[in-house]
Amino acid sequence: MSESPGGITPPPELPPATPGPPSVAARLAFYQRAGGIVTPVLTAVLAFLVGGIVVAATGHNPLTTYKEIFNGTGLNWFFQVGSHDIGLPFSDARIWFPWNVNDAESEAAFNLQQTLLVAVPLVFTGLAVAFAFRCGLFNIGGQGQYIVGAMVSVWVGSSWAGMATGFHVVLAIGLAALAGAAWAGIAGFLKATVGAHEVITTIMLNWIAYWIGNYAFGQGGPLQNNFNESVPVSNDVAESARLPVFWGDALLQGLHIGFFLAIAALVVYWITLNRTTLGYEVRAVGFNPEAARYGGIPVRRSYILAMAISGGFAAIGGALDILGWQFRLGVIDIQSTQIGFIGIAVALLGRNTAVGVGLSALLFGALLNGTSTRNLDPEVFQPELAGNLTLMIQALVLLFVGADVLILVAWQRLRRLRPRRAGPAQEAPA
Amino acid sequence: MEAASATAPVLELRGITKRFPGVLANDHVSFDLVPGEVHALLGENGAGKSTLMNIVYGLYRPDEGEVLLNGRPVSFSSSKVAIRNGIGMVHQHFMLIPVMTVAENIILAEEPTQAGLLDYEAAEKRVKDLADSFNFHIDPHARIENIGVGQQQRVEILKALYRRADILILDEPTAVLTPQEAIELFGILSTLRREGMAIIFISHKLNEVLDIADRVTVLRRGKMIETVPAEGATREGLARLMVGREVLLRVDKTPATPDEVLLEVEGLTVLDDRELEAVRDVSFQVRAGEIVGIAGVDGNGQTELIDAVTGLRKAQAGRVTVAGKEITNDGAREALDAGLGHIPEDRHRRGLVLDFTLAENIALHDYKEPPDSRLGWLYPSRLIARARRLLQAFDVRGGGPLTRAASLSGGNQQKVVVAREVERDPRVLLAAQPTRGLDVGAIEFVHRRLVEERDQGRAILLVSLELEEILSLADRILVIYEGRIVGEYGPDVTAEELGFAMTGGTEEQAA
Repeated sequence: MSESPGGITPPPELPPATPGPPSVAARLAFYQRAGGIVTPVLTAVLAFLVGGIVVAATGHNPLTTYKEIFNGTGLNWFFQVGSHDIGLPFSDARIWFPWNVNDAESEAAFNLQQTLLVAVPLVFTGLAVAFAFRCGLFNIGGQGQYIVGAMVSVWVGSSWAGMATGFHVVLAIGLAALAGAAWAGIAGFLKATVGAHEVITTIMLNWIAYWIGNYAFGQGGPLQNNFNESVPVSNDVAESARLPVFWGDALLQGLHIGFFLAIAALVVYWITLNRTTLGYEVRAVGFNPEAARYGGIPVRRSYILAMAISGGFAAIGGALDILGWQFRLGVIDIQSTQIGFIGIAVALLGRNTAVGVGLSALLFGALLNGTSTRNLDPEVFQPELAGNLTLMIQALVLLFVGADVLILVAWQRLRRLRPRRAGPAQEAPA
Repeated sequence: MEAASATAPVLELRGITKRFPGVLANDHVSFDLVPGEVHALLGENGAGKSTLMNIVYGLYRPDEGEVLLNGRPVSFSSSKVAIRNGIGMVHQHFMLIPVMTVAENIILAEEPTQAGLLDYEAAEKRVKDLADSFNFHIDPHARIENIGVGQQQRVEILKALYRRADILILDEPTAVLTPQEAIELFGILSTLRREGMAIIFISHKLNEVLDIADRVTVLRRGKMIETVPAEGATREGLARLMVGREVLLRVDKTPATPDEVLLEVEGLTVLDDRELEAVRDVSFQVRAGEIVGIAGVDGNGQTELIDAVTGLRKAQAGRVTVAGKEITNDGAREALDAGLGHIPEDRHRRGLVLDFTLAENIALHDYKEPPDSRLGWLYPSRLIARARRLLQAFDVRGGGPLTRAASLSGGNQQKVVVAREVERDPRVLLAAQPTRGLDVGAIEFVHRRLVEERDQGRAILLVSLELEEILSLADRILVIYEGRIVGEYGPDVTAEELGFAMTGGTEEQAA
């Protein structure tokens, strides 16, 4: 009936779609969706390209530097493709496998564990930003919420030693999450009641969390350790509250089961947004608060809940770091951690989707680990420069994410060039 | 084809065909335009009018056919090239920068410079001269964000004139205007026509096409149906060409049989956003089985009245009762639960979440109740099933349950809103500007539907700026002026009487 020149066939009971209105906003939205996967990848690639130029400018070879960084991330573990001895007794049976199954103790494996160890909290702080974003809120407070989670978990984890292991862990993570939710909920509450902008309030809450931490774990602070009063750190987390390590050596900072919690959190994030009435409300408010209000959705409650859930995510990230490998929290940790802030970049690059946040958390985790002083050979690139390289690539990613529109326009131009040449050829079969 | 046009056409389209995936937007369309005429392009939403004009304006390239400018075949690679060739287009959504002044917007991209620097004074003078020569009343210093929609449109027209356009394309220019502003626009267009300008006027409104156009070309589903001279054409004839069947321009309805009072508003006083009294001590009742129309010039408190009745804005004083339950200041959820349906006046701002799918939009009120969800768990498949049924029942075209609402045409978007509100089986239905921006077919649909809902015993409150709509639908008419109800009329009142009351006439009479 209807002439449909290849392309998408319309649903049978419906007449063909009318072309969308060609307004600028509509077209932009279209390309934003069309470039959904392409632009974040382009963004990252561009950031690495510019980073490479800087490396070259310092007189080093960008290719070898990047290769070295890549090996430092441990991701090369996945590239040891081949046929491997599986060590079946009395045989030399071999099996084809995408990575070296016998290589679990190798340096690559160890590096990969460290990369994933950093990626785990980044998933959580990334989700903290992403979830609020879906409700139309810009949560800059991931850092403070992360610190609150770390503080509460170290306090719970170092108290009540000898509690049943599973229960102690759940209690520490649960209380940390609640504290983080309450902390971020303050910003949501202020937004909902007096209209205070969440960017301002979350930044202020970051500083409050920061100084509470400095006081509580500082010299003479109420949560300072009781073994050496000149050291501003907490007590150690009790054995019963430590997360089991499932890959690598527990003493050498192996990968703890928080990794699975991170994956579960991504699933929970997706389900909450897409399969619950709460997620429906959050998305409606995020897209169009006025239409949501008209629809009977409690907009203010959505703001508070979205912030609280965001805060819960970030706080769990903090708790997992404490219970998984740090085991104690010092003033210096509170002052130096950047995990909460990098979460913003993670969410932006990941486009606030579950899969995107997971992948970009991995990217930033790999970057942080691959350029750390431990991993980079000073012969290739000075580690102190490398640390700055991480910051630079991070900043470039943010810059390019902000300049998304530029990339979209470039992309659009590219696509426009092609049909012009392919135009007449297309006509013939149709 | 048309032997009548003595002057050579300035623009000619021959056999233009444009395909999009799954749709043939233009199917061998031919069209010509002579200097000094207003040529209307008439057709329903989605008939291919905008596509055709975007081809002329260089935004799309045709798959087949050719565009001739002054007899020469041309092919514009972008709108910039089209502009350079003397084609100006005023889009439905204005492309102006709100924080800049009128003059700055007009000279944008073609700024007069002196030694490489912007010569702002020269720019302002040129804009002023241009405006004066066409009798435009406009202040070049005013910022776009501070002037009305009608003025903004003039800025767009001036922008085209500034770039020396001799062909002007107006895409549904009256959709955003008040009736008064539309009359002013027609004055401007007449002036331009006298100056020898060639104007293409895209529209789906029959009255205005007959008012302003010299010739009318009708498109239907991508095909050119006919080009007729406006003189001698009738609304009925054009409507038939447009829709392809007889269209009832008059609403068929029986006299109302009002029953019990379902909506009661007593002494309602509401403030607007600037905290000024916008609605003052308004009282009225709407009974089951009748349509009460509220007529008035835009900005006389209609918006605030609607908001207060539907729980979206706090009332200062007074009471709102729906089906015996008082809901004053209880909020939107309580109003919905009391049995109030609301077709909002702005479907983009309020009626739809444009980034949601149609299924999600249809669930906007009921997502929290079974079968859409249970205990907080949403069942998308049920949302989709319900949407599929409703989209079919209301003949929504252009997408299925998983289509984003933004990609539908205005008429179909409105059908989705109407479907959602009617589906909830409300006792009272408040329809605010229910046919704004819709084409003839969709208007007929909405009107018929409102009468049907009335006949099923709902109380219907119709708030509209279109006098004709009020006159053809309402069983009782209230006139609102400066926030007060200044008169009540039966259905046989004349437009003149109403128009007089709408501008405050009766108040003086009564005094």
